[in-house]
Amino acid sequence: MTGFVQTQSIDARTAPLDARRSLFRVLFGDVLSTVSTLAILFAVIALAPKLVSWGLLNGIWAGEGTQCTGAGACWAFLRAKYPFILFGIYPPGQYWRPVALIVIFIGLTLYSLPPKNWKTSTLWAWVIGTVVALALMAGGVPGLEAVPTDSWGGLPVTLILTVLSLGLGFPLAIALALGRQSELKAVKYICVAVIEGIRGLPLLSLLFIVSILLPLMLPDGLKIDKLLRALVAMTVFSAAYLAEVLRGGLQGLHNGQGEAADALSLSWWSKTRLIILPQAISNVIPPLTNTVVVMVKNTSLVLIVGLYDLLSAGRAALADPAWPAPFAETYGFIALIYFIICFSITRYTHWIERQNLFGVNR
Amino acid sequence: MGRRGLAIIGFAAALSGALAACSPAPKPASDAAPAGKAGSTLATVQKHGYVSCGASQANAGFSLPDDKGYWRGLDIDMCRAVAAAVLGDQDKARFVPLTGQQRLTALQTGEIDLLPRTTTWTMARDANGVNFTFPNYYDYTGFMVRAATGATKPADIKGASVCVQTGSITEVIFADVSWRQKLDLKPVIFDNVSATRQAFFSGRCDALITDASALYSVRATQSKNPDDYVIFAANDEANPLTPAVRHGDDQWFDIVKWVFQAQITAEYLGITSANVDEMLKSEDPAIRRLLGVEAGYGKALGVREDWAYQIIKQVGNYGEVYDRNVGKDSKLKIERGLNRLQRDGGLMVPLPFS
Repeated sequence: MTGFVQTQSIDARTAPLDARRSLFRVLFGDVLSTVSTLAILFAVIALAPKLVSWGLLNGIWAGEGTQCTGAGACWAFLRAKYPFILFGIYPPGQYWRPVALIVIFIGLTLYSLPPKNWKTSTLWAWVIGTVVALALMAGGVPGLEAVPTDSWGGLPVTLILTVLSLGLGFPLAIALALGRQSELKAVKYICVAVIEGIRGLPLLSLLFIVSILLPLMLPDGLKIDKLLRALVAMTVFSAAYLAEVLRGGLQGLHNGQGEAADALSLSWWSKTRLIILPQAISNVIPPLTNTVVVMVKNTSLVLIVGLYDLLSAGRAALADPAWPAPFAETYGFIALIYFIICFSITRYTHWIERQNLFGVNR
Repeated sequence: MGRRGLAIIGFAAALSGALAACSPAPKPASDAAPAGKAGSTLATVQKHGYVSCGASQANAGFSLPDDKGYWRGLDIDMCRAVAAAVLGDQDKARFVPLTGQQRLTALQTGEIDLLPRTTTWTMARDANGVNFTFPNYYDYTGFMVRAATGATKPADIKGASVCVQTGSITEVIFADVSWRQKLDLKPVIFDNVSATRQAFFSGRCDALITDASALYSVRATQSKNPDDYVIFAANDEANPLTPAVRHGDDQWFDIVKWVFQAQITAEYLGITSANVDEMLKSEDPAIRRLLGVEAGYGKALGVREDWAYQIIKQVGNYGEVYDRNVGKDSKLKIERGLNRLQRDGGLMVPLPFS
């Protein structure tokens, strides 16, 4: 039997449509695109003048509550209330402390972005930075007035919950994901039970459990801080979801990788740390980002357990009878902050995916 | 504290002089507070150095942090009055923001010492682990309508469409009122508070029904001109909002009850934060007993002798607290109504202070 060999060369073909899409083709390429483009254009033309006159021309930029008559946006409200919305009921004379926390968290995040900074020292910087930031917020040492967590609020609470629930949840998630693959039946079933149990509960009910049921079940005199209870709930919640994402990464990995590592007589720990996890994690960066973005937004649910996060602080600001409760402006402001955080995360992930990490090409 | 001026120091000196007669060494008034029994709420509060109170997340007039994060409101002042009585300083109070679902649990588990958070005194709640003190505000269900309609009572709005929030107790009251008074009201039902209010202000319905205190707050914050709207009662039922304490600590229960009594008795006797220092010199035995000039009453309660003086000086009598937070000096401008003293036709009854 002889093999088939092409003898003539095939003529060059034009590139598929997708590869040479001009903007015009994207917008008016076919009937559906044309219709949706026109519809969106029409909506923008219809709405833009209203938005401009509401937000810019008739907007009230400074002054008192009585000047906001409802004709335009009441930006003066945000101007008067933004410290309260950003920092909640934290004592105003001490605002530098939550500001320091925000600066530390953002600074550490920016430093950790480039893959060249992914090393053990960065991890230690995070641990130390987080402890310092939380100590600054809590105070209680000479020279720093003690501020109980009941008085923490606004953006710092949102950032603390996000960073700590993901930071503590990720190692837990790795343990759960590896445990689920374990050959030890007991370990495997415990991990499965934890993951599925938590994934079967809405975050809302988890928060209710830690904020209402847990205190009733604890022995007398033992009280756990409200913020800490919410943090624990959010950590286990994010761990369960991250674990399932990681499981996808682990299962997507070719068996040969582990077998090759075994053939090199690497220990289980070295195999997992050097071969399995880097590839598994890098395989699932897009869904990981998704979970991270969802967790950022989930922090706003702590509203229902009486924590003053960004959203609760905004709502409390709206309740002031001296102002005509400008909902749209306030929720817009809060949405903008969430958007900046979440959009930055997704853009960063797009960039990191193209960095060809761990030799995995995409 | 800035608000504790020289007058208090002078008073403290005078009081320690008086106490010197019966104690071996003269002591300032702030040390005169007897220590609570170990394990009691009073002892816990004294050990911590602050009273921990439940607050709402945002309820204008009742509990709401101002721009500086300083808690203000009628319920907040209830807590500050307890702090002034027990610890001598109204700012030795901490506020834990709680949701409606959390509030009773927080009280039962000891997370807070006192729950003054617009909680209605109901039988089931009273029987299940908390003790209600005295109502510090009587609310009622009300209608808000446009002033231009000229309506001033439910009978005037026969056949009107009314914005109602579904799933609330108000929905039940609405049906009762409509049926009992044969008003043939048409409900326009919404599933959340802000939608209900927006619908009313945009003209979707003729009237809005909910708690009167909330109506006043809505009128102050969300109407273009508050004078364009009137509020009147939907029925003759009062809704007693009552600060609560845990079961099992009678002394603390008594203290909170009498802290409130001191405030309405002070109003009854005409003692205000402005004239309380002069009143110390009064010959009126009732005033002398209340202000601790005649010793023994504070001790009986387990607090400092000048407890009522501290409440009135720092927080004010009930009338002052009411006017400042929800009444004529506030944005809400809620009429005293049921919350007047019994002398003036309301439900606030000063008990004998003797």
